[in-house]
Amino acid sequence: MGFNYLTWIIFLPVVGAILIAFLPGLSGRAIKWLAALFTFVPLALSIFVFAIFDRSLAGVIQFEEKFSWIPAINAHYHLGVDGLSLPLVILMTLLGFLVVLISWKIDLRPREYFAWLLLLETSILGVFCSLDLLLFFLFWEIEVIPMYFLISIWGTGRKEYSAIKYVVYTLFGSAMMLAGILSLYFATGSLDMVEIARGGLGMIQSVMPAGAIFLLLLIGFAVKLPVFPLHTWLPDAHTDAPTAVSVVLAGALLKMGGYGMLRLCVSIFPTVAQQYGFILVILAIINVLYGAAVTLRQTDLKRLIAYSSISHMGYVLLGIFALGQVSMVGASLQMFSHGIITGLLFAMAGLVMHNAGERDLRKLGGLARQMPIIAVVFSVAGLAALGLPTTSGFAAEFLVFVGSFSSTVVSGIQLYTILGVLGIVITAGYILWMLQRVFYGQVLEGFKKAYDADILERVYMFIFVAVIMLVGIYPAVLTDVIKMGVMPIMRLLGG
Amino acid sequence: MLNIGLLAPELTLAASAILVILLDLFIQRKGWLAVVSIIGVVVAAGFTINMWGGGSQLIFNNMLAVDNFALFFKLLFLAIATLVILASVDYVTKFSRFQGEYYALVLLAALGMMLMSATAELISIYIALELASISLYVLAGFLKDPKSTEASLKYLLLGAVASAVLLFGMALVFGFTGKTQLGEIAQAIQRLSLSGVLASPGLILGMVLMVAGFGFKIAAVPFHMWVPDVYEGAPTPITAYLSVASKAAGFAIILRIFYSAFGLPSWLSLDWGLIFAVLAAIGMTLGNVIALPQTNIKRMLGYSSIAQAGYLMVGLATVGFSPLADVVGRSGLLFFLASYALTNLGAFIAIIAISSKLDSDLIQDYSGMGRRAPLLALALTLCLISLIGMPPAAGFMAKFYIFSGAVQHGLLWLVVIAVINSVISAYYYLRVVKVMWLGEPASKEKVPSSWALRLALSISCLGVLLLGIIPAYGMRLAEMAASIFGF
Repeated sequence: MGFNYLTWIIFLPVVGAILIAFLPGLSGRAIKWLAALFTFVPLALSIFVFAIFDRSLAGVIQFEEKFSWIPAINAHYHLGVDGLSLPLVILMTLLGFLVVLISWKIDLRPREYFAWLLLLETSILGVFCSLDLLLFFLFWEIEVIPMYFLISIWGTGRKEYSAIKYVVYTLFGSAMMLAGILSLYFATGSLDMVEIARGGLGMIQSVMPAGAIFLLLLIGFAVKLPVFPLHTWLPDAHTDAPTAVSVVLAGALLKMGGYGMLRLCVSIFPTVAQQYGFILVILAIINVLYGAAVTLRQTDLKRLIAYSSISHMGYVLLGIFALGQVSMVGASLQMFSHGIITGLLFAMAGLVMHNAGERDLRKLGGLARQMPIIAVVFSVAGLAALGLPTTSGFAAEFLVFVGSFSSTVVSGIQLYTILGVLGIVITAGYILWMLQRVFYGQVLEGFKKAYDADILERVYMFIFVAVIMLVGIYPAVLTDVIKMGVMPIMRLLGG
Repeated sequence: MLNIGLLAPELTLAASAILVILLDLFIQRKGWLAVVSIIGVVVAAGFTINMWGGGSQLIFNNMLAVDNFALFFKLLFLAIATLVILASVDYVTKFSRFQGEYYALVLLAALGMMLMSATAELISIYIALELASISLYVLAGFLKDPKSTEASLKYLLLGAVASAVLLFGMALVFGFTGKTQLGEIAQAIQRLSLSGVLASPGLILGMVLMVAGFGFKIAAVPFHMWVPDVYEGAPTPITAYLSVASKAAGFAIILRIFYSAFGLPSWLSLDWGLIFAVLAAIGMTLGNVIALPQTNIKRMLGYSSIAQAGYLMVGLATVGFSPLADVVGRSGLLFFLASYALTNLGAFIAIIAISSKLDSDLIQDYSGMGRRAPLLALALTLCLISLIGMPPAAGFMAKFYIFSGAVQHGLLWLVVIAVINSVISAYYYLRVVKVMWLGEPASKEKVPSSWALRLALSISCLGVLLLGIIPAYGMRLAEMAASIFGF
């Protein structure tokens, strides 16, 4: 047994959380340094894991750890990463570190704030690394509590309403998922995701229709992604959450939904996915177009970005349920890319709010003079979001569209894909309109005192932009890995 | 040949109850009474642990069973009694007199419940039940203020009705089978033909009446009317005691009677399985929905305990649907009871600590408790999260365990109702959490807590976390206890 990388990556943040919560006499500064330390080490470890990940083994779980946990129900402490999960682990550890920097100016009850933030990171990482259904569900549920506190204490606006709405939606989704997991456990007698996927539907020997289990699981993930019509928690939660939490929420948390669909719905029920894929593809198109259309008429900076997430998550759903190899690689890449881009968008929106004291698009204007650096970086993020070449957004969306269009599994996919591409046009509309409203035009009297980013903020901006460009110019750095995870699914689909 | 050693835990407890009453006459510092009581409980627990795994046997002409199932519950009751005594140490100083009687009654109630979990014969079941109930009726009225008196009277009257219903049910079963010993009843039932039973439905009626009688004990809807008032009025440690021990004893006895006496033939067990499934669905839904608008935290936990009884009955229904199947359904019930006991006790102990300073049980007065008493608030938050059934607390594992048994035996519909109910319950449990952490404190004054309360609270919170993160050992114990049943 070698060094248990994944255990360390997952549990270091929670160790930090416990230290921060219970060590007496910590100053606000010490807390922030501790938080930065306990998120930086997992980031470094995960990059190391990424570097030594064997890119020639398709469908093989690497860095596996497996111990018996609850013999009575055959549950294991089973961790591992493959091409589907590794990019998301990197995404979360990266965002986990960056949000600590983004939160550097938090002064309200910092001890609790950073403890919850670190606990949140642990739970999300746990979801991506777990290969046991019970463990997966455990981490999935833990995430709700820190999120509730983070939104309701440090948020703005109708924060308590948004927080409880988030909790109720999530718990509803996970209640359905629990029923699905229990049914799956009953049907197969196993809680091991890899084993169940490998055994295929042949393991399901009960009278319970596979479609019912598929649906129960799907509802849980659809709430998270979110899929229309289960999306209404998202604009509220994203808008009212504090900046750093919006970054995690849009950046990593939504991906739990897409990841779950790939890992459980499609991998375990390939035939059901083929049968009902077209319904989800239609929902995906509704997500893209409806999300984009609603975004167009937002006047609140954060709300606008929140709605754009719904639209962009539609591409993920499209890519997954087009069920082609390229489209699924595209969907995975889109999850990573959207995580970074929207993370940066929210961070920039947070800076604008902080430095100008306003987030209503109707009142903002001409800020490019006062905050030129923020304006440039915000524009880069916006252009990445609308899929400009050389940014990761382009690479991901291009793969999704090409993959979906050429996929042969779902009938009529070409039409849906073309409809989906229309979303890009609308995206260009609202992104450019937003940038123009915020940064260009006349310099307004009220914002004379607005100021630009400081050194620390420039550092994390640079990291965000560097990652966007890296993935945009050389997407193979991620797609090589993702392909290894998608190939076994394609084998199940018979492609 | 009767081996008196097999009764050692019960005898120890009875002796220490008498000793406490006598000591009360002579000593001035009443704190020693709690110490003596706890020593009695610990010694009794020592005897019980010593007997664990010793195989099953029946004593006193097959009236009492000594088996792992009974021992599991005896340990549970002793643990609960310990925590309740610890939680009472400060609380009893409110009473001017009768502190000795208070501890003695707590011990006697524990004794009654221990006997309940061990009885295998209808008449001794009734006697054990009454021993526990009468002690609790008195304890509920100990505060002697109008609310407490009302609670006690209500509990007594409704309890008496329930006892009468139960006796009537027992009489019918006896009349139909001619036996009072559970094993003999089972044999008599298996000799009956289906048409014979249908021709004269006395047996089924007797069974239903027994469900009603025990339904009162476990706070199952529609026999739950007493719960909110009694919970609100009774001294808080006794409310905690009622909500966990009395409920656990009810489930222990139901499991033993229905499994041993009515477990076969399967059409009979399907019958009562369905009754419990329906009661579970109604109980969860009603309990959770009515808990939503409550403003008094003790009342809220009262309704929540009705809902929790609903989740527990999912386990009973599972047993009814598959008496011959594996052990998961039955042991799930035991594991749930243990984790519920720890969780609810933890919640009540935190409430005792907070309320003693505030002198109020209103949820709105808990405002800002996160800053006035961070550790108490954290403990209460953990317990509430466990009651919702979220990780990393014990409630999560308990629900997963009990529901996985139910799904395996064709009760997916009930599990779906149960998980949706968990979502509803999150709303009112989190409301308390919200008030504590988000509200502005009414004053800056810290809320102090005594060493006894802190000890009791740390024990229960540690238990909640342990059962939630590494539940394997607890589940193993529950399995060993549940495996005494089998055909």
